[in-house]
Amino acid sequence: MTFVQTRMSGGIDDASLAAVNEERKRLMRRRFEKIGKWLLPALVLLLSLWFWDRIVVWNEIPHYILPGPGKVWTTLVTDWGLLYDALKITFRITMLALLVAVIGGAGLAILFTQSRLFEMSLFPYAVVLQVTPIISIAPLIFIYVENKLAGLLICAWIVAFFPILSNTTLGLNSTDHNLRDLFRIYGATRWQRLVHLQLPTALPYFLGGLRIAGGLSLIGAVVAEYVAGTGGIGSGLAFTILEAGYRLNIPRMFAALLIIAGTGVFIFLTLSIISHLLLRKWHESALKQEQ
Amino acid sequence: MDDPLVVHSRLSVLPLSLSLSSIDGTPTLVDTHNQEKLLAVNSVGKVFSKGVVALEDMQLTINEGDFLSLLGPSGCGKSTILRMIAGLMEPTTGRIEWEGGVEQSNGSIGVVFQEPTLMPWATVEKNVWLPFRLQGKTMRSMRNEIDEALHLVGLDGFAGSYPRALSGGMKMRVAIARALATSPRVILMDEPFAALDEITRFKLNNDLLELKAKIGCTILFVTHSVFESVFLSDRIAVMTSRPGRVHSEIAVNEPYPRNETFRTSASYSSYCRTTSEALENSISEAV
Ligand SMILES: Nc1ncnc2c1ncn2[C@@H]1O[C@H](COP(=O)(O)OP(=O)(O)O)[C@@H](O)[C@H]1O
Ligand SMILES: [Mg+2]
Repeated sequence: MTFVQTRMSGGIDDASLAAVNEERKRLMRRRFEKIGKWLLPALVLLLSLWFWDRIVVWNEIPHYILPGPGKVWTTLVTDWGLLYDALKITFRITMLALLVAVIGGAGLAILFTQSRLFEMSLFPYAVVLQVTPIISIAPLIFIYVENKLAGLLICAWIVAFFPILSNTTLGLNSTDHNLRDLFRIYGATRWQRLVHLQLPTALPYFLGGLRIAGGLSLIGAVVAEYVAGTGGIGSGLAFTILEAGYRLNIPRMFAALLIIAGTGVFIFLTLSIISHLLLRKWHESALKQEQ
Repeated sequence: MDDPLVVHSRLSVLPLSLSLSSIDGTPTLVDTHNQEKLLAVNSVGKVFSKGVVALEDMQLTINEGDFLSLLGPSGCGKSTILRMIAGLMEPTTGRIEWEGGVEQSNGSIGVVFQEPTLMPWATVEKNVWLPFRLQGKTMRSMRNEIDEALHLVGLDGFAGSYPRALSGGMKMRVAIARALATSPRVILMDEPFAALDEITRFKLNNDLLELKAKIGCTILFVTHSVFESVFLSDRIAVMTSRPGRVHSEIAVNEPYPRNETFRTSASYSSYCRTTSEALENSISEAV
């Protein structure tokens, strides 16, 4: 009844006009947000680069104390060969460590859910490894591990495996209890339950842990490099920073730092994309991104 | 539309050979269809840790082709007895006896829970495939069974969809398709439509009856709705509140197919009244 009355009194036109306006406003707001998400950080970056540059110029700071952004950029270009070699070494160790962290972390998590005894005996030590700062363990590792690469890997692994272990364990134990009952009614074996129920349930948790572990394995690799120094396997980015520091080659320090930060961002983005691709069809987290 | 008739005639022929109908301990209004007995719940009791007595001396017989509803207040042990029939739990006292034994893990029991309980990472057809998959059968070899099950619940064309794209009612249809795909001896349903809106529930009630007429399965249906139990079942077992047991049985002697006409008929209301009274008595006697 009320609808009919409003329509008769011509209220419908006002209402539809208001709706159209509202819709237009909403679209503009959304477009603004879309652009702003990229534009605003870029603006902040430009502004701080400019400010940095001005401070250096106005105060006539020599570049062996604080190089301007322009100087860092030219160093990045001229030293690219050297920096790129260092990047390859650090990146390789990071990726290897991440791989070992995935295998070790997820593998341990699966063992934990298969055997409560195993979990009870080992989990406390996983926690101890996690909470002890790597910087204090690393020197010891390099005393006993002859091979530099192995030592670096161990350090990076210690830092990176825990988020994968704890997230995956949580995921494996988060199966829906009705689904668990259903699997029992249909006589699923332990193995079938693991493969068809627990692992798919754990996947989003695992991927969350993986994204954290990616950043951590880079941190682990860099810290271990600082501790290990050079020799044997050539020098990575962290060692490049140390060495450039000894020589007061500050621009190169900045350039190497920039590359490390870039690598971290690259790893995070890559893992986020992988995660999105794997979950986009069914998981809530991916659903929100799509809209 | 012809199918139901065929099925009914087949059902009515079957029992002639075996007329050893159940000798229930319950006196009231039991109709004797002379059907073949499928399973008996024999003096079953269940005591949980901390001394919660969920069930006490429960008697129930389920016959082939039954649509039997378990009606009772919440907390009276309906889910508990269902879980024991499904083999997820052992009775503390008494026994559950299957006629001719039951092959566990063979898809001989289908279950539908209150939640659709689908695997969100799997498409509709893969969810229906699950019981077969756990028997080691490939999807290709089960193609016909899967498609047939989806067709029966009216989900043709949704095989490749993910559960999240479906409405609550459609998800429930997938769960029903999965439960019936293996042609189980009995389908256990634990308040399957309780979480749905009334319009969807009525529609699913109608479709469930149509489906049962087509395939002639046996259904044990748990509900706390008097109206739902009267509309759906040919027998209603009314349970007492905790500790639960069957207080009385009501036979709904109304022919299938039932539809909206039955829902508005005088006999429907009178059955509802009888059932309500039985439910009230069962609760007041237990207190
Ligand atoms: N695993 C359990 N441990 C202890 N008590 C339980 C357990 N499962 C059910 N109960 C208790 O048994 C009674 C019956 O539960 P349930 O069968 O779920 O009732 P209904 O399905 O009829 O609502 C309830 O009082 C409930 O608290
Ligand atoms: Mg229940």
